[in-house]
Order: sequence, then C-alpha cells, then structure tokens
Amino acid sequence: MTSMQTPTHTLKWPNPHLDMAAFEAEGELMLLHLGPQHPSTHGVFRIDLYLDGEVIVKAVPFAGYLHRGVEKLMERLTYVQQTPIVDKHDYVAPMTSEQALNVAFEKLLGVEVPRRARWLRSLFAELQRIASHLLALGTLSIDLGGALGGGSTLFIHCFRERELIMDLFEEVTGARFHYNTHTIGGNRHDVTPEWAAHVRSAMKTILARLPEYDSMSIDNSIFIERTRGVGVLDGRLALELGVTGPNLRACGVDHDLRRDAPFHAYDEVPVNVIVEQGGDSLARVLVRVREVRESIRLVEVLLEGLPEGPICSYRPIKLVGQVKIASGQAYAAIETPRGELGTFVIAGGGEGNASPYRLKFRPPSLHSLSALPYLLPGATLSDAVTILGSLDPIMGEVDR
Amino acid sequence: MSGLVHGAVYGVLILAVVLTTSGLWIWGERKFAARLQTRLGPTIVGPFGLLQAVADVLKLLQKEDIIPAQADRALFNLAPVLAAFCALGVAAVIPFSPDVIASDLDVGVLYILGLGALTTIAIFLGGWASNNKFALLGGMRSVAQAISYEIPLVLAAMVPVILAGSLSVSDIVRWQVGHHMFALWPIVPGLPAFGIFFMAMLAESNRIPFDIPEAESELVGGITTEYTGIKFTLFYMAEYVHTLVGSAVAAALFLGGWDGPFAPGLHWMVAKTLVLFVSVYWIRWSLVRFRSDQLLTMCWRYLVPASVLLVLAAALWVQLFPEFL
Amino acid sequence: MLSLYLPILVILLAAAGLATIIFTLGVVLGPKNPTAEKALPYESGSPSTGARNVRLSIKFYLTAILFVIFDIEAVFLYPWAALFRRLGWMGLVEMTLFLTVLVITLVYAWKKGALEWEK
Repeated sequence: MTSMQTPTHTLKWPNPHLDMAAFEAEGELMLLHLGPQHPSTHGVFRIDLYLDGEVIVKAVPFAGYLHRGVEKLMERLTYVQQTPIVDKHDYVAPMTSEQALNVAFEKLLGVEVPRRARWLRSLFAELQRIASHLLALGTLSIDLGGALGGGSTLFIHCFRERELIMDLFEEVTGARFHYNTHTIGGNRHDVTPEWAAHVRSAMKTILARLPEYDSMSIDNSIFIERTRGVGVLDGRLALELGVTGPNLRACGVDHDLRRDAPFHAYDEVPVNVIVEQGGDSLARVLVRVREVRESIRLVEVLLEGLPEGPICSYRPIKLVGQVKIASGQAYAAIETPRGELGTFVIAGGGEGNASPYRLKFRPPSLHSLSALPYLLPGATLSDAVTILGSLDPIMGEVDR
Repeated sequence: MSGLVHGAVYGVLILAVVLTTSGLWIWGERKFAARLQTRLGPTIVGPFGLLQAVADVLKLLQKEDIIPAQADRALFNLAPVLAAFCALGVAAVIPFSPDVIASDLDVGVLYILGLGALTTIAIFLGGWASNNKFALLGGMRSVAQAISYEIPLVLAAMVPVILAGSLSVSDIVRWQVGHHMFALWPIVPGLPAFGIFFMAMLAESNRIPFDIPEAESELVGGITTEYTGIKFTLFYMAEYVHTLVGSAVAAALFLGGWDGPFAPGLHWMVAKTLVLFVSVYWIRWSLVRFRSDQLLTMCWRYLVPASVLLVLAAALWVQLFPEFL
Repeated sequence: MLSLYLPILVILLAAAGLATIIFTLGVVLGPKNPTAEKALPYESGSPSTGARNVRLSIKFYLTAILFVIFDIEAVFLYPWAALFRRLGWMGLVEMTLFLTVLVITLVYAWKKGALEWEK
C-alpha cells in the first residue's frame, strides 16, 4: 500500500448521461471525435468528447470498429478450428485467449486435464501476463509522453522484454503469436529442461531491468503528477460495471480468479493478489507493475514444481470435425492480464454437432471501457488519453 | 559601412550554420534517440545514415501541399513562414565570439525575448487558421503555455542584465570573460536563474516535458495536424532552430559565451551551445510531458515568485558587493 | 547607430526570404491533386461534426490578466535593470516596493483561486 488518495466520490459517482442543456445554455460545447484513427486509442476505438474548453463534459464511447463477427464465425468453425482464431482476440496476450476457450470446451466435455498440462498452462499464463503488463506500461507512457519522446523510450524497452518472452514461446510452439498450442484436454507442445533454463535467465534479465523502468514511470515525478488522482474509479462502481482484473484491484477490491476460482494449477500454487487503494490511473499502473514481479515469482515456483507426465488427456486430434458434442452448455472463466475472460458455449451446432450452437466471449477490456463515461467527465483532454491508456484495453477482444 | 558589411556577412553565415546544424541534428537526434532506445537509428542513406536529413527534406519537398477547404488560406500559409522567420531572426544578436556576431545590438536581450515570443503568435495563428479542432486546441494550449513560461523567462533573463548592467548580449558575455560564468558566480541568483531560463526555454521551443501544444498522443499533430509537406517542415525546422538558438542564448547569458581557456572563443561558444542543445534532447527522450494546467500552476506558483526574488537578489548583490562582480 | 540595426534588417530579410523560398519550393515541387475528401479537416478519421469555430471557453483568463500585469511590470523592469548601477540604493528600494506590491497581488490572486484551472 502506498500513500494514495482515497476516492473522492465514495458514495455517488458522476452521471455519465449528463443533461447537456445546462452546459449548452452557458456556451457552446465542442464535439471532438477522439478516434478511430487517433494515436492513443489503442487500436480503433472512438470516443465522442463534448468539450468545454479542454474539460470534458460528456464522453460517449463507440466500440465496434474492429468487429469481425467472430462469435458468429465460431458457429461455423468446428471446436478444433477455433483455437487459432481466438489468438487474434487479445492480441497482446494470445496464450490466455486460447486457454479460456479450451477450458470451456473441457468443462463441456468433462475432460480432465493432466497435471503437467495444467502447470504448463499456468506457466504460459504468467509469462504472458509479464509480457502484457510490460506492454501496458509502455503504451501508457507513450500516451503520456508521446511517440517522439521519453514515452517511446520506455515503450521500446518494455517491448524488448516482451520479445524475450515471445522468444520463449517460439521455442516451445514454433510460433511467436498464433501459438495454437492449447487443445482440448491439454497442450500440444511440451517443454524441455533447456527451455526451463532459458525461462529462468529471461526472468532474471527482466527482474534486473525492472528498477530502470520504475525510475522512468512510477518513480518519476512527472509520471506520478500525470497519473495520480486522474480517472478515479470507485470500487463499487467498478463491480457494478463488471470491471475485473488489475483495473478492479486498483480500486481496492480484492478479487482475482486465480485465487477465488482457481483454474489451471492455481489451486496448488497460491497467488499473492496485488491490491491498490487509489482507484486512479497511478494505482492501475502500480497494480500492473507489482503483478509483473509477482508473476516472475510464480514463474519460478511453477518451473520448480513442474510435474512430469502426459500433457494431453484427450485423444489426439486427427480431423477438424472430430470433436462432436451433442448438447450441454458451459461457462468457464480465467484471469487474463486484463481480467476475467469468460467463454460461454452452448453445444449442438454445425454439421453433426461439430460446432457450438452459440459461443459467447466475455472480454474484460469491454467491461473496463464501460467505465469511461464515468471517468472522463471533469477530466481534461490530456487526462482522457491517460485514463484510456491506464485501463489497458485491447480492441481485438472488445470488438471480436 | 564596413561594420554593415561585416555584420551582414556574419549574419548570413550564422544563419547558414544554424540551419545546417539543425538539419544535421535531425540525423543526430534520430541516432541519439535510437541509442537511448537500444535501436540503430538511420543506417541506410549514406554512411551511418548521414544523408538521412537530406533524404527527409527531399521527400518533404515532394509532398502535396494540402490546404483544408475551410481554412483561412492567407493565415494558414503565413503561420509556418512566420514561425521559421522568428526562430531564425533571433540568431542575429547572438555573439559567437567577439567578432562572429551579426549585430551587437544595445537592446539585444529585449530583441531576443521579443522575437522569441512572436513564435507563440505563429503557432496560434497556424492552429486557428487550420479550422481543425485538434489544431485549435493546440493553438489554445500554446497560448496557455506562453502566459505560463513567459514571465519566468523574462525575469530570469534579467538577472544577467542586472549583474552586467547592460542589455547588449556581447556586453553581458564580456562582463563574464575572465571573471566567471553568471551560472556559477554569484551562484545564488545565477544558477537558479539559469535553471529557470533553461526550463522556460524548453517551454518556449515546445520541447518535452513542455511540448503541450503539439502533444501528438493527445492532439494527433496539434497545430501541425493539417500541415503537409514543406509547411510542416517549416514548423519542424522552426522548433529545431528555436531550440538551438535558445541554447546559444542561454550559453551567452549564463555560461560565459565565448569565454574559456586553451581554445579560441568560437569553439567554446559552439561547445557550450551544443552541450545545452543535446541536453534538451536528452531530456526530451527521457521524460513524459506535463499537462497545460500543471505547467500553468507550476510556473505561477513557484517560478514567478522565485524569479522575482532572484531579480531582487541580483540587485542586492550588485549593491552590496560591486567589487566581487 | 544605423550600423547596428542594418545587419539586423539584413538578417531578418534573409530569414524571411529563406522561409519564403523553402515555402515556395515545396508548393511548386509538390504534386497537385486536390480532392474534396483531402480538403476535409482531419478528425481522427470520422467526419467532423458540430461547429469547428466554436468559442473555446478560456479556463485560464484570470491568469492571462495576471500575465498582462506582470509582462508590463517586466517592461518597467528592463530599463531599470540596465541602468541599475546608476540608480543605486534608491533604485533598489523603489523596485523592491514595486515588486512587493506585485507579489502581494500574486499571492492574493493565488489565495482567491485565480491560479486554479477552472473545471
């Protein structure tokens, strides 16, 4: 816990659907489209800002610029074909997207995942969390400091560490991005002891470099000035909006699926849940920075205790239409770097039940963005960029 | 008459050198930033990518000149020219050595501050004439920024004026020759005044952490959003020239200008200028930016009272210890 | 006296000339292919809606007034600074009084909240 301000509006939060008449009577408001093609919208996202000078009076977010109709597509693709598609959802943490999907299928089929595969999944998830949180820090600092300045320096350094982790994934799966390594009943690629050594050395490198990044972000007075007290999200409002992950934990709500609804190997490996009280942008950054360190610790623990054994319990996949589920439904959720990524699947669709009847994702970024209309009014345009960046949304999973 | 020829020749020479340095620094900065970011920077065009600046300028020259339909054409075109003009014009009164100076104007400091402040007008003009919301916001921000840093800048520049008792930049340097730099002696009004002047200069040339009017992560391009090709280049060039000239002014007013042992005066002045110039970019590639209201509050709450005190301290020093100057 | 200002004029003319030449070069050398879409104002890729020439509310107008006061003060201060040696102690006392009044003004404005960015 650091000495943070407590949220200013503990009992009521600003009404995002503000009556505009009061403002229009006083003076004209400027309607500014922030996005879709704007450097700081983290993809293609649009916020219509009603500005009084530089102060935001009302903010209306518009998602959907990256909509690809994936959920509809899933009704045509077979269960086997779907894993590589979800890699494109959370394009900063593709591993966790794959896991969320396959965990739901396993729940539907009642397949037990071998212990080694569960540990591997946790290991991949934690590595992915490190990469994703570092990238979030980098993109936020670009939002604060611009692509032509100190912001991009931190960004590129964070990207360098992400590359280290991508190399590790490449070594296991052969792919840097579209891993397609998770399958129903376990994993497709096993790891070697040499890989474990590589992971350890990469973690050591990252851990050694973290203080430098702290000095450019959470220990830098300008960075703190720009983020402290900006975009204060009330814990109860966050719960009501369905905000999860680091954004929720930054509001002082102690909630983490890894501990509260263990999946993968988390019932065997206890997680220290990082909670900050501020609820502001700085708290969200602090949660992520501290979670990176916690994840590095978890990676060590998981590597140490990685059990031997098979990595897949389901019969090997030979045909794309091989997995057939006649009926049933399941919801499974895992804690991705951005929060609760849920997959709801109703079986019994496609050619001979080889596809789901309906597949629905619950992306954490979408719920984080739903806080924007509450956070933006009263902030300035500069703050809007900070707030959006600190929520760390990934448009790929927002729009699907 | 020979004075006029001397001044005109050196003036044009200084302009040429300033422009070339700024142009080269486009390459230099990219290399410098790349090294800070564990990258290589330009390597393709010419040896070590040295001709990158030439390639950039040639490319920008060939870009289509787009004027938005609803822009105020005259002002839209005037703004980049005015910005470049103001930035270059300041170079006229900077003494690079006792000889290398275009004009030893007796109100040099006022001239520098006046022409430097005009840049804000050019930027606001460009932002307003673009008829673009981002540009307009950028223009408004540049005004908000100007009313923040201008007072500390003017008051900090007054400290060497009081100590030297002259408004001529050459006289101020001459006063420092052999004695000391004003940044070092008297250290109480000198060093803090230098700090304030340097900060305000960063703000005047729109450099991080004060690049608020063109904050590209917020305002896309800020005032230059609608400017293409060579007009954008002129704004861009004006910023680099402004930073370089500002560094030279700071070197002359506080760091003793051409004063230094073992080497000709010109070398010292150029070295001091370049050290300041590079540190501006070092700061730029290390920090994130302030918000305009934060700059406003910081300047008015801390820098303005501090610089008023510094002016009084300088006056007191002159009265109390005239023999120690 | 003239020999001091003429080089300045030369430099200013050279600076203006240079800027104009670069400007004209770009305008002449660049392609000309205007379309209606190109001439639209950029607003993050979506059509600009609402008035663009709205009167922006100035959140810092009190500070701007303070700025004018202090800028004029600076104008007074510069001749004083240049001639300070001749004015002696009397000049220092006078200017201290003047500046004290100004600083009191600033503190008053500060306490009244004029330096807050209005929200």
